[in-house]
Amino acid sequence: MPKYHINVKITPSRFLPPGKYLLIDREEGCLGCKYCVKKLCPYDVYNKRKFDSIQLRDTIDYYCRNCLYCVEACPGGTISLVVNPAYREIGDSYWKPEIITKIWRQAETGMIPVSGAGYRGPFVGSGFDNMWTDMSEIVRPTRDGIHGREYISTDIEIGRKLSYLVFDAQGKLTSSTPPLIEIPIPMLFCLPEWGNWGRSVLFSIAKAARTLNTLFIIPFAQFTKDFYPYIDNLGISVESLEEISALPKDVKLIEIPYSLSQNLQAIKTSYPQTIVMIKIPLSPEAKQRSLTLTKNNAEVLHFYADDHGLEFAEKPRFIKDIIKDIHLSLVDEGIRDEVTILASGGIAMAEHVAKTIICGADGAILDQLLMVALECRLCKDCMQGIACPIDIENIEPDWGAQRLINLMNAWRDQLLEVLGAMGMRDVRRLRGEMGRAIFYEDVLNEAFTSIKKR
Amino acid sequence: MKNWPPKEKKMPSRFKRPLGKYKIIKRASCNNCGLCVEVCPYGVYKFRGKNVFISDEYHCIGLSCNQCVEKCPEKALAVVKNPTVEALGDYRWTSDLILSTWYQAETGKPPDNMEYKIGNSGGGFDRLRFDFELEKQNLSLKEHVSTAINLNRRNDGRPQVTISVPWYGGGMSFGSVSLTTMLARARACMEWNSFTCTGEGGYPEALIPYKDHVITQVATGLFGVREETVKRARIVEFKYAQGAKPGLGGHLLGDKVTPDVARMRESVPGISLFSPFPFHSVYSVEDHKKHVDWIKEINPKALISVKVSTPVDVDMVAIGSYYAGAHIIHLDGSYGGTGAAPDIAKKNIAMPIELAIPKVHRFLLEEGIRDEIVIIASGGIRTAYDMAKAIALGADGVVTGTAELVALECTRCGNCERGRGCPRGIATTDPELSSMIELEWATQRISNLFHSWYLQLIDILRHLGMHSITELVGRTDCLFYIDKWSEHA
Repeated sequence: MPKYHINVKITPSRFLPPGKYLLIDREEGCLGCKYCVKKLCPYDVYNKRKFDSIQLRDTIDYYCRNCLYCVEACPGGTISLVVNPAYREIGDSYWKPEIITKIWRQAETGMIPVSGAGYRGPFVGSGFDNMWTDMSEIVRPTRDGIHGREYISTDIEIGRKLSYLVFDAQGKLTSSTPPLIEIPIPMLFCLPEWGNWGRSVLFSIAKAARTLNTLFIIPFAQFTKDFYPYIDNLGISVESLEEISALPKDVKLIEIPYSLSQNLQAIKTSYPQTIVMIKIPLSPEAKQRSLTLTKNNAEVLHFYADDHGLEFAEKPRFIKDIIKDIHLSLVDEGIRDEVTILASGGIAMAEHVAKTIICGADGAILDQLLMVALECRLCKDCMQGIACPIDIENIEPDWGAQRLINLMNAWRDQLLEVLGAMGMRDVRRLRGEMGRAIFYEDVLNEAFTSIKKR
Repeated sequence: MKNWPPKEKKMPSRFKRPLGKYKIIKRASCNNCGLCVEVCPYGVYKFRGKNVFISDEYHCIGLSCNQCVEKCPEKALAVVKNPTVEALGDYRWTSDLILSTWYQAETGKPPDNMEYKIGNSGGGFDRLRFDFELEKQNLSLKEHVSTAINLNRRNDGRPQVTISVPWYGGGMSFGSVSLTTMLARARACMEWNSFTCTGEGGYPEALIPYKDHVITQVATGLFGVREETVKRARIVEFKYAQGAKPGLGGHLLGDKVTPDVARMRESVPGISLFSPFPFHSVYSVEDHKKHVDWIKEINPKALISVKVSTPVDVDMVAIGSYYAGAHIIHLDGSYGGTGAAPDIAKKNIAMPIELAIPKVHRFLLEEGIRDEIVIIASGGIRTAYDMAKAIALGADGVVTGTAELVALECTRCGNCERGRGCPRGIATTDPELSSMIELEWATQRISNLFHSWYLQLIDILRHLGMHSITELVGRTDCLFYIDKWSEHA
């Protein structure tokens, strides 16, 4: 297989993202020094600043890198820095401002987030934040860690796999092998459950899926004939059997809701070369459903949680914990390798993909993330019929596609960091590798066992 | 030791308006009576000619004092929280921790109005406390308490190396930090009879006068590793991995490879440099032994330290290093680090040091070799209390890095790797930016911080009724863990 390469191109945002801090510059008290600290700014932000008359914003807060040089050096003490209230308002309790602004930066530059001076977050948290991934101290099949990255594969296969092949007395293969799609990144695209996304947004995603050679799961209602050129990189999500009969014969993947799963055999008879994916909400029943469906020849299961990665239940568990449960029960039954498991909901950072895979999924389906990459602030005004503040329905599809491509490059690079550190050369090896992950509760109990609690 | 401990010396901030927790507003109604100059116990106000002016606003301790505001006859003064403080700090290094480290670097003692012991990360050190009730018998101030540790416990005929305080400085290379920063660290460590480490950017000649207190690092890029630099050192450190970017290797961006850096590293200016991962000569524990033997052969007097990060099997790595002949196993946890690293690695890859220390300590005890090797912990040691906790969890000593940079007024803005480097002249080799720091000032700031740490460690040991820091090793019974946690920020 030729080396997979993603072409990154700087794609600036259309709107200036709100800076994390606001610079307050009181002119009163200015001593009129000959060498003003503003001229000595290491990032030259005072010279670069301008007023954006469309957004009514000073660009300085975007350029400022929070070094506090001017704040401390101004003899008159005229400059202060405060946390920007507009920054705090982006996103929600799960899609936090720092997560969203990092997505924007990655979509703009295609580069992975790097910073100095150590980690700054909480020790642990809920959801994805109570586990760490492992590393290998000296054994290194990939050599050079990330710098041998071209030898690390991020390919995954989507479809059903046979546990064994059957041959007749003449040695002729009698089992029929189900269709299989190989994609070069363990990430697929779909739309979030909410929102009014214009056609430009859908074209952006389809174009990105084609360039990256992954799949975009588009709702049947949105699939018009101008999407036909992208058919090799589309999966079509249907709601009813009538919609299925109206699908083009060469569609690569059909997504059906769980309610239609009893019709799987019939659909396979009409579309033998198309992969059928069953979309199942993560709920207390999900595990039993996965076992039954896998035994009944299901090919791909798409488990979805809500936008915060939570199960649809009264006391919701987190996506990675349920996927772990499902994965392990399929392993116990000896049928895990027969089915492909994809997960969506709450995947907001590159590490979430790695952790979902470690907990047993083959890959992730990205939803709300794509909109954030296209500058969505998750205000959800569109749900109330209010015009989108960033006018998302009128983006240039090429611009949108490149933002998504950049983001995927940054995410793949981060996945390579994790794989490289673990000494793995294939993301498929990462699936279910819980022995190479560190779960907080386990290590805490082990490490602090002799310490009193209060 | 004569003249022990080294003296602190006041070394104020190099900025005109150092950041403090409070801001003072002086209205025009001030009649310059000077009562505030008189009543303020912290020297915030001074006379300049006949006028009162606010000279050291950052020393104000706020509403818990409020003397000046209450006594001002003209009601001209007000004390308010400084809004900029909110823009400083994070969960691990809260604004209080940064400001209190600055205070310690200025005065040499801990502050009395700030949280200087813990951060707000909600786990690890921040949830551990000392149980001072345990030992009812506190030591009197007359009794001598020692903080010294011995770094050679192997009895292998190599020299005994004792450091007077249970910490030494972590490797920060020339290139990632300025020469002034390196020299200041070396001078402070010499004063405190400890060590600093070259990092992997070579051994600048200016460090040679301090060679008895400088560790030569041998890292995967082998920059600056020569026979003479290995021979010069009393301790040679192999860097297998770094906690902040385990398994990823280092990357010095082209911008920071100035002509000086390039000369030191024997490379080309402007071209970025990789330190690969791992050592290409080490793919097994036998290879590792060969490596250690190589250094031991070149320098028959050196102790060998092996720096590794904290994977699941860190205990096995530690014992492998013991069998290879190392004197020191240096565990570098994932939450620390001074240089630039991918955010995904800092947060996710390998475990925090708090969880790795007890694992390794216990395993080496079970294997019966704990007494023959020294465990040094690093990666997120911010305060004297972190040190004492790390030691109580099972380390013999610790390595610090970020805290020393904070003493030089690092704000942890995290822009170390961009463009010309640190905007405050600490982690940069840009000639203009690095001229922001003076050597004397920097040395004394670090030495003052050490002084404050020393006082705190002595105080902790006295409270626990211990005469030596070595008695604290592995004493988890001195600690308790806060079970219920709510953010107090």
